[in-house]
Amino acid sequence: MTSHVGTWSLGAGLAASVAATLLWLRLALATGASVRHARLATGASLLAAAVSCGTLEWALLRHDFGVRFVADNGGRHVPLYYTITSLWSSLDGSLLLWLLILAGYAGLLCRVVPAGGQRLHRYAMSVVSAVTVFFFALTYFAANPFHPVHPVPADGPGPNPLLQQHPAMGLHPPLLYAGYVGLVVPFAYAVAGLLAGRAGGAWLAAARNWTVPAWAMLTAGITLGAWWSYAVLGWGGYWAWDPVENASLLPWLTATAFLHAALPGRRVAETGWRVSLACASFLLVLVGTFLTRSGVVASVHAFTESTLGPILLGFILLVTAGVVVLIGWRGGPRDSLPLPASLLSRPIALIGNRILLTSIAGVVLIGTVFPLLAQATTGVRAAVGPAYFNRSALPLAIAALALMGLATLLGPGARRPGDLARRVAIPVGVALATVAVTGLLSRPGPMALAAFGCAALALAGTARKLLDELRPTRSHWARRLRHRRRALGGLLAHAGIAIIAAGVAASSAYTVSAERELSVGQSIDVRGASARLVALDRSRSGTDMTVRARLALAPRGRSDGEAAAPQLRYYPQREATVSVPDIRSGPLHDTYTTLVATSADGSSATIRLAVNPMVGTIWAGGALTAAGGLLALRRAPRRRRPVAGTARSRGTAPPPAPPAATAVRKGSA
Amino acid sequence: MTRPIRGRLALTAVVLTGAGLLVYGGLRDTLTYYRTPAEITTDQEARHTRTRLGGEVVPGSVRRDGGQTLFRLAADGHEITVRQRGVPPETFREGQGAVVEGLLGPDGVFRSDQVVVRHGNEYRPAGRESPPGAAG
Repeated sequence: MTSHVGTWSLGAGLAASVAATLLWLRLALATGASVRHARLATGASLLAAAVSCGTLEWALLRHDFGVRFVADNGGRHVPLYYTITSLWSSLDGSLLLWLLILAGYAGLLCRVVPAGGQRLHRYAMSVVSAVTVFFFALTYFAANPFHPVHPVPADGPGPNPLLQQHPAMGLHPPLLYAGYVGLVVPFAYAVAGLLAGRAGGAWLAAARNWTVPAWAMLTAGITLGAWWSYAVLGWGGYWAWDPVENASLLPWLTATAFLHAALPGRRVAETGWRVSLACASFLLVLVGTFLTRSGVVASVHAFTESTLGPILLGFILLVTAGVVVLIGWRGGPRDSLPLPASLLSRPIALIGNRILLTSIAGVVLIGTVFPLLAQATTGVRAAVGPAYFNRSALPLAIAALALMGLATLLGPGARRPGDLARRVAIPVGVALATVAVTGLLSRPGPMALAAFGCAALALAGTARKLLDELRPTRSHWARRLRHRRRALGGLLAHAGIAIIAAGVAASSAYTVSAERELSVGQSIDVRGASARLVALDRSRSGTDMTVRARLALAPRGRSDGEAAAPQLRYYPQREATVSVPDIRSGPLHDTYTTLVATSADGSSATIRLAVNPMVGTIWAGGALTAAGGLLALRRAPRRRRPVAGTARSRGTAPPPAPPAATAVRKGSA
Repeated sequence: MTRPIRGRLALTAVVLTGAGLLVYGGLRDTLTYYRTPAEITTDQEARHTRTRLGGEVVPGSVRRDGGQTLFRLAADGHEITVRQRGVPPETFREGQGAVVEGLLGPDGVFRSDQVVVRHGNEYRPAGRESPPGAAG
């Protein structure tokens, strides 16, 4: 029964989204037709996506093992919270969540028509609807989670044990997906701009306004993912340049570049760059989905075994080809670089930003797909390790950081050299002092030292700019804050990135760790901490087994200290062992202990002890960056110039979620 | 119009060259090749490059030697002795597939400093395992 409802709703969604695509396309091509039917179709596909998600969630909660997905991922022993999150703990279910978010974006977008951009909006709706068709079809034909199971099993294995360890599991995937899928809207507007033939600024404002929230959620999602990796996987780090991680970083990089390329107030013809970045962001989302979901990373040959891989690859190639042809055909006049008044001006810095961010994306993309290409073309299996990324992407990232620090201090045009020198003097002084002090006190290595210096430069530059923004003027500071939200949000995001950079540099330069086999009573030391094995406890709950190492932690040379209890959990139903680290977070460093293995007789255990400095600042920086994005979300409600022809007066309540600055809410047109 | 376009081409060329050099330099000696025990014993070059060696852990071959673990990895009828620094993680089992990373020594013993553990949200353990501590 549940199976039928689910499959049926997926089919209905597929039909509704096909109808929506055609209806919006008809509206875009021929004005005059009623918009009501198109809206109804979009609403119907959203409803269908919601029903299929709800049905699967209901089946999970009711332990309806007659549904394939529940038989594979449900379990009576799983706590309620992780039963709810198991919707996105496996491929098919996460595709449903993806669909729901995508249909949700379509539903929101359909309500928000940019002023004077009705035709553009209709093209954009057609594009989003077409993408929805693809994902409905993918779920329906290739990854239907609702297939009935005969005979119905009595119980299921539960979701992957790794995904049952941390409450971030309830937040990280939905946020990340909301960020990923949100990039479909700027893509749709870019394509709409090309299709409508007027590659002017109208699409850009709309695309930018929708990119900001997606970008903020993607930032938060990536940070949460790093945190999850740090807190659950037990290897002591937070970023391993794993394909899964790179897949989330790539669209973030191009979306960041797009946000900078689309900064308001520039009248330069830069359509090519902007369209390419907006399209690249969504294409990279698709590439990331392909890399992580088709099994292609494990082996090139694995992906042809899944039905999903070839379909996704085909779709990516089709979309890429379509976008390239469109840009070539309708891209408009070639960009002309404006001859800059001065090399030290913000337009030049922004060009540098774009080049650096796309280069980082390119370098990371090459490193991620190199093993696949090498295996596909020569048959050689090779792995690209973190060393490659550290050597190629990090220098570029540090350069981008330095540019970020300098760019905030530059003006839109040429400044007098003396004026510029005065503005730059303090931040550069702070940066040099940071490098000198850290370099003299420790030996962090050239790369970390450069990162510290550039982070200090960026922070000092941001602080300087912030003081400029908040300097008392005639207008009240609160009103100023409202009016300058976008600028302030940008500054906050910059500060967050600089703080992340400092945390990453510190934790990679100063982390100390040791691993040893300990008998009860023995201890392991690293610089700054020691851990003594007090006891090894074994416990069993249901079929799951847990070994807990009780450790007494102490700052080196002292006997008093905290207790820590890293664990090994064994899940026989999944045939999986999970090592749960114990993390004691302090203001300056975390003490991170892992139980690596236990001996057969239970008398000794291998313990890994690490002191990771300043990891907490990375999470704080990520939160600050995302908060900056949220602050920049919508322009202040009061405007100096009312836009002609708005329907703003129609409702006093602000529109709910849509991040539309130039958009107005309309009733039925 | 020619000056901006020429400038643009020059800029593009510089950027592409720079990025190309970074990629080339980054890939040059950081690549780790996957090899089987048979390949690594016959290929002379394999002795100088970091390798990921895959195979089945021969049952009964695992023993401890001070702070190190010795075992044999087998694939396609070839075997090689691996000397692993430290204790392999709990996911490592006799009779199961394993991938270790390191260098082949002059004595024909593979010195591994890392048992490759996959992490990511699509983690799938290689096969059946026994409870922690219940087996060697």
